[in-house]
Formats: sequence, structure tokens, C-alpha cells
Amino acid sequence: MTSHVLVGSRIRDRRSALGIKQSDLARDVGISPSYLNLIEHNRRRIAGKLLSDLARALGVEVALLSEGVEAQLLVSLRDAASMQSIETEAVELDRLEEFVGRFPGWASLLAGRHKNGVALEQTVEALTDRLSHDPILSEALHEVLSKVTSIRSTSSILAQSDEIDPQWQRRFQTNLFEDAELLSKGAQALVSYLDGAQEGGVVATSAQEELDGFWARHDYYLPLLETPYAGDEQIEQLIAGCGFGLPASRIMLNRQLQEYLEDARALPEISLVTVAEQLEWDPLKLANRFKVSMLQVMRRLACIPEVVTKQPIGRVTCDGTGGVTFRKEMDSFAIPQFGATCPLWPLYQAMTRPGTPVRTFIFQSGRAKQNLTAYAYAEQKYPEGFDGAPVLEAQMIVFPANGVQDETVSEVGANCRICARRACVARREPSILSDAF
Amino acid sequence: MAKTVLLIEDEPNIREAIRFILSREGWNVETHSDGQTAFERTKEVRPDVVILDVMLPNRSGYEILQDLRGFTETETLPILMLTARGQTKDRELAERFGASRFMTKPFSNTEVLESVRELVGS
Repeated sequence: MTSHVLVGSRIRDRRSALGIKQSDLARDVGISPSYLNLIEHNRRRIAGKLLSDLARALGVEVALLSEGVEAQLLVSLRDAASMQSIETEAVELDRLEEFVGRFPGWASLLAGRHKNGVALEQTVEALTDRLSHDPILSEALHEVLSKVTSIRSTSSILAQSDEIDPQWQRRFQTNLFEDAELLSKGAQALVSYLDGAQEGGVVATSAQEELDGFWARHDYYLPLLETPYAGDEQIEQLIAGCGFGLPASRIMLNRQLQEYLEDARALPEISLVTVAEQLEWDPLKLANRFKVSMLQVMRRLACIPEVVTKQPIGRVTCDGTGGVTFRKEMDSFAIPQFGATCPLWPLYQAMTRPGTPVRTFIFQSGRAKQNLTAYAYAEQKYPEGFDGAPVLEAQMIVFPANGVQDETVSEVGANCRICARRACVARREPSILSDAF
Repeated sequence: MAKTVLLIEDEPNIREAIRFILSREGWNVETHSDGQTAFERTKEVRPDVVILDVMLPNRSGYEILQDLRGFTETETLPILMLTARGQTKDRELAERFGASRFMTKPFSNTEVLESVRELVGS
């Protein structure tokens, strides 16, 4: 049966389901009952205004009566049926067209759920594959298995050889001892790694991750650098206790701590908070008042404890590539750990206009809805002088916006992969949560 | 005349243990830990069997295996691959690149000995 033929059947099914008489529907759309009868028996092809009038009268979208949508739904539902578990009751495939025609909304929902389910399964597969190819895990397992092999071979030589040169014997005993030591360390490292993964913790594999962990552990506030006497000694103390495994992380941390110290000296906590309350936490006004850069004010505001500011303040900083170099999340504003962030963030608007302050009201989809004020600012510097390369830094701080009208608030996401926002012009890749692209 | 095994393995204690058990059985054993050197030596020494680890510094065992299979003189050389991984993919790779046999760590000394003997048909 061709799909256009199904239109008539669907109109009939829909009308019957709604309990509308054929004559009433015909009158409603301005045709004779006999003509509607011909249509319903698929003996007349309809389109255009008459189709849309019938769709309106039947309370469905025209698309749901049209060929494409139904064909797509049928394919999707057949696909869902083909993946049905053998334990569950068989679906009535012979009545599929009737189901789609009579309950287009339910059919569409079911097809959508099926599509999402398939996408999520693929994601799980991809993550499983990634785990099995995790370079750290692979390396750790290789180490453990190599040591076990060595111990097995060496111990079996010692145990199964009746006569063995004393020199070789001593050598193998030493090898055994060394391997047992290394095996023990390897096993401990493996357990620590798996524990971290099990607890949902992220094992730092890059300098940026180590830095993120440092700031989160300190709740973004360092009392040691807040005193008037703070200096290099306190910075060294913090670096010594950071526990970083990567040398690059220490260098990067040192840079950030120097910056923190300068900010704390320029904007002492009590003065800043007192003035910030008077100026309604406007970073531009604060920058003007304290005669410092806007970026400095934003950094400083975001590090002061919530108990003092009486409101959470999130912060995200990125470099000229858009890569995040500092992140402080809030309950109502997530900043992805991996991958690109949402291109709709005001942060990126600021990047296109360095030196121009941006203020926007936003809320982040996928979180408990909380309107936020976002201040963003980008600065281009030339550390090497006139002929040197420009270095861009952009920053955004967000905090709750109370009393802001919803009409003035823009929806943003966190990361395209986990954003279900539909019809997004800035989407760069499909979401695992919806079929939006 | 004693037959020669060329052992390419970067783990020193595994190298020593295998060397010991094979030497005790009368084999000449030459050992290497670096993939590139081992490849050159294989062409020079013309061993009867090569025992080749997959994970090596500088060049992987698979690369060496492919190269050895590319030369006429080593095209049919018996090669026993050793790996710490036991995944199907590794076995498939080893087979595709022309390994004569594949052995997963941890293996026993007896398994190594038997495999080497079988590979040279002795």
C-alpha cells in the first residue's frame, strides 16, 4: 500500500476515535459527506488547504497526516519492534499502521524514546570501549602482568631445578624480590586508580585537571594568601602541599597563585565586599572604583567564600582558543570538565569584542531553573610588545539574578553532547539526550 | 650445532628467566630489549626462532613482525609473540601480521619451551 493511500485511512481512524460523524466533519471542512467518504476510502488524493483543514478539525498536525512523518514513524517503530526482547509479549506488527494513524502522539513519543534508547546504548558502548582502551589502565595492567610473568618464570626455575649454580640462584632470588616489590606498587597504583574511577572521582591525567582539583579542594579561597604578610613563602608552602604529580601543574599553579596574591593585595576582601554591596556586585563599577582591571575584580569576587558574599558566584576563564583554563561551578551552572562548552555563553560574545563588557541574563538548561546574571569580559594583551603575538583571555562570572523577568533571560547549555535544547543555531554536534541537531 | 633463539623482550627479569630455561635446554639465546636493534640483528643472525614481545620501547612488536614478514629471508621465520594483553583484537592482529604463535602473559616456562620446540619441529 502506498503511503498517500494511508492518509484517507488515517483520517477515518482519527475521526472514529474522536467519535465525530462523517457528515459533521465534512460540513466542518466545507465538503460533501460523499466526497469525504471517497477520501476516507483512499479513492481521492488530498493535499493543501483541504488536508490542513481536516488536520485542524481532527486536532492533529498536518505533518502527522502526511506521508513523510508516518513513513518515518513506521520505520522507527518497526525498528523498535525488531529489537524487542523475546521475553516480552510480541507487539502487534500487523496493526502498526492503525496504531500510528490513530495515536500519532503516542507513536511519536514511542519512536522518540526508542531513538534515544538506541543513542544511549551507543554512548554506553563508546564509553565501555574507551574504558577498555584507557591508556592508564592498559599501562598499569601491562606492568602487573609483566611482573607476574617474571615472578612465575623465576620462581618455577628456583622451585623445579634440582641443581642450580649458586650465583644464578642468588640472582634469581634478587630478581624475585625486586619483582615482588614492583608488583606490590603496581597493584596499589591500579587499585587507587580503580577506586578513583568507582567513586566517580576524576583521576587527573593533565595539568589542567590537577589545577581544577587543587582549587576545588581549597574551595577557591586561600586564607594563607589573604594576610598582609603573604608572599613567596606562603606560595611555596601551598605548592609544596599541592600533591601534584605533573611538573607542569606546579608551574601553572605558581602562576595562578602569584595572580591570586596580586588580586588579594589590590582588592582586600573586606573593602571589596563592603563596596560590592553598595554597587550591587557590578564588576565594572568595582573596577572603576578600585582602579583595577575588570578581569581582576571578577577573579576576586569569585574566590571570596559564599558565607561572606551571601550568594554563590561561579567563574569560567578561557584563553583565545576558547579552552577553559579555570572553572568554578555552581549548582545552577555546570562547566564541563571535558570537551567544548556551550557557544551561547556570554563568555564567547565577550571574546569577539575584547575590551567591551557584556552583561546578560541567562539560565542553564538541564539544571534546576535559576536565572543568572552573567558578566563577561575579554582582554587582549601583547606581552612581547608591538610585534609580538596577541594573547587573549576571556572571563565570565555568574551569580543568581533575583527578580529578573523571564522574557529577558536567554537559555544556554553546558556542552552540546549533554544538552537537549532543540533548534539551537549554535549546536556543533548532536546530543545524546535528544535528536536535536 | 645448537639452534638459536632471538629473544626480544624489554622486561629484564623475564628476559633472564627465559634465557636461562632455553640455555639449559641447549639453545643459543641472544637477547634484546629494543625493537629497532632487534630487527637489524634478526636479519644478521638468522635465528631459528624469534620470541617477540608486543610492547617494546621505540617500536612495537607488531611493527617488527610486519617488517620481518616483508623480507624474503625472514618471511617464514618462526615467530612467537608474547603479550601482556589477552584480548581477541591482539590475537587477531598478531595473526594478521603473520605471527606463527601467540602467547599471553603470564605464561609458564614449560609453555615457552614447548612452543619453541614445536616451532622448529624438534
